Amino acid sequence: MFANILIANRGAVASRIMRSCRKLGIGASVVYSPADATLPYVGEADNAIPIGESPAQRSYLDQDLIIAAARKAKADAIHPGYGFLSENPGFARKVEAAGMTFIGPSATMIEDMGEKTRARAIMREHGMPMAPSSELLSGAEEAGRAAARLGYPVLVKPANGGGGIGMIAARNADELKPAIEKAAALALRAFGDAKVYLERLVERPRHIEFQIAADKHGHACHLFERDCSIQRRHQKVIEETPAPALPRPDIEAVAEKVAAIVAGLGYSTVGTVEMLYEPQNGFAFLEMNTRLQVEHAITEAVTGTDLVEAQIRLAAGERLSDVIAAPLAVAGHAIEARVYAEDPIRFLPSPGTLAAFDLPSGDGIRVETGYAQGCTVTPFYDPLLAKVIAHGANRTAALERLSDALRRTTISGVRHNIPFLLRVLDNARFRDGDLDTGLTGEILSTPLKAAS
Amino acid sequence: MATIDVKSEIGGVVWKIETTVGTALVEDDTILILESMKMEIPIIAPRAGTLSEILVSENETVQEGQIVARMTA
Repeated sequence: MFANILIANRGAVASRIMRSCRKLGIGASVVYSPADATLPYVGEADNAIPIGESPAQRSYLDQDLIIAAARKAKADAIHPGYGFLSENPGFARKVEAAGMTFIGPSATMIEDMGEKTRARAIMREHGMPMAPSSELLSGAEEAGRAAARLGYPVLVKPANGGGGIGMIAARNADELKPAIEKAAALALRAFGDAKVYLERLVERPRHIEFQIAADKHGHACHLFERDCSIQRRHQKVIEETPAPALPRPDIEAVAEKVAAIVAGLGYSTVGTVEMLYEPQNGFAFLEMNTRLQVEHAITEAVTGTDLVEAQIRLAAGERLSDVIAAPLAVAGHAIEARVYAEDPIRFLPSPGTLAAFDLPSGDGIRVETGYAQGCTVTPFYDPLLAKVIAHGANRTAALERLSDALRRTTISGVRHNIPFLLRVLDNARFRDGDLDTGLTGEILSTPLKAAS
Repeated sequence: MATIDVKSEIGGVVWKIETTVGTALVEDDTILILESMKMEIPIIAPRAGTLSEILVSENETVQEGQIVARMTA
C-alpha cells in the first residue's frame, strides 16, 4: 500500500480523497494555487504545497509543477481526482516515469477511451450496444439510402470529432444534403478531416451510466447505474440511483454485460460507462470516463461502498474480491443535487465571497463542499459550491429529504441555483420518474408563475 | 455626444479583447470576452457607437458591475 498520496486537485474533491486516505492510514498531500490558499482543504491536509498561479493552466494543469510537488511531498502515488489532469494520458505517463503510481488506468487506456471514434470502435468490437449508424459516407445517393435505412431524424457526425462540434440533425430527406455539406465543412475546419457518418438521432434520451470497478488481475464488476438525465447544456444537475421506472432485471442484465466488456478491455480501476437510453432503441454507448465521477456519492450511498478507497486499493494491486463486497445489493434510493454559483434564471457564473454558507445536515443527508463561510469563490475554477446527497428507503423519501435539505440551505454573497433545483424537484414529471435529457429545458420554458 | 459605460455583469478574468479603440460598433458586437468558472462570457456593445476606451487588459480580474469600456454615440 502507498505511504503518501499527492492529490492533484482542489476543494471538495481533495477533501473527499483525503478522507479515504485517512481511513487507509495513508498520508495525504495537496497542492493549492494562490486563489485557493485559504480554502478548508489546504488546512485539512498533512502537507500542503503552494503551486504556480491562480489560472488552472499555470497551477492544477501544469504537469511539471504537480510532479515537482509530488516529489517534494515524497509521494508514492498521485490521485488526479476528476477534471484537471484526470484523463490526460501524457500526465499518467509522466507520473509513472517519475517512479510514482498514477491512481487511474494506463495511459493507453485513457487514450483509447478519450478519443471518441476510437472508443466507439473498440466498444463496438467488444459487443457494446451502439446507436444504429451508417458507414462513412461517400456520396449523396448512398447517404440517402443509409438515412432511409436508419430512419429519420438522423444526425450527421464527423468521423474524427468530439465535443458536439459539427453534429447536424436532418429531419427528412430534403434536409439531408445541406446537413451533410455543413457538417463536412465544419469537420474539416475543426478537425482537419471532412469524413462524416450518420447516426439515428435519439431526441430526448435518458442518460444512464454504469459504475464499474476492475482490478489489475482481469476482474471487473458493476456497482449498478446512475440516472443523470437532469442536465442543462450537457452539464449534470441532479443524479439518482437506481434509475426510476426501469425494470430491474433489464438494467442489471445491461450492467453485467458492460462489466464483462470492461473486464475484456483489460481495464483496471474504477470507471463509468455512459449510455443513452430510449425505450424504442434500448441502450447505446456514449462514452467511457476513466476516472472517479462527480456523482460517485449516490452509488456509495446505496451500495455502502467507499469508491475512493476501492480505487486506491485497486491501484495498489489488491484483488477486486477483497476490495468490493460481493454480492452487492441496492439499499434504498439516493439522489444528488449540484449547487452551483450561478444565477438561477440566466445561469451566468456568480463568483463572490460567501457571507453566509449554511449547509444542511441530518439523517440521510451527506454534503460535499470545498468551501466554508467567509471563503471566496473565485472565477478561476468550476462553479460547484456543494453537492447535497440524500439517501432514503425509497425514491419518494429520498426526494423529500433532498428538497427539505435544499430549503434549509442558506447561501449569500454569491447567487446560486437552488431555486432552479427546487423547480426540478417539484416538477410533476420529475416526481413521476418520467425523466429525459429534455426535461430541464421543458421546465425552464415554463413561466415561473405557472410553475409555482 | 453621449458616453456609454460598458459594465461587466459578472466577475471574471479578461480572456480576450476582441476590438480596438476607435472601432464603430453596432449593438451586440463583442468588445471583449471574460472567462469565469470555465465559461466564456462575451461583453457586448449595449448599443451602436464608437469604442472610445478599453479600461482593462487581458488576464485582468474584473468585478461584477465594473466599467470595462466606454463608447460614444
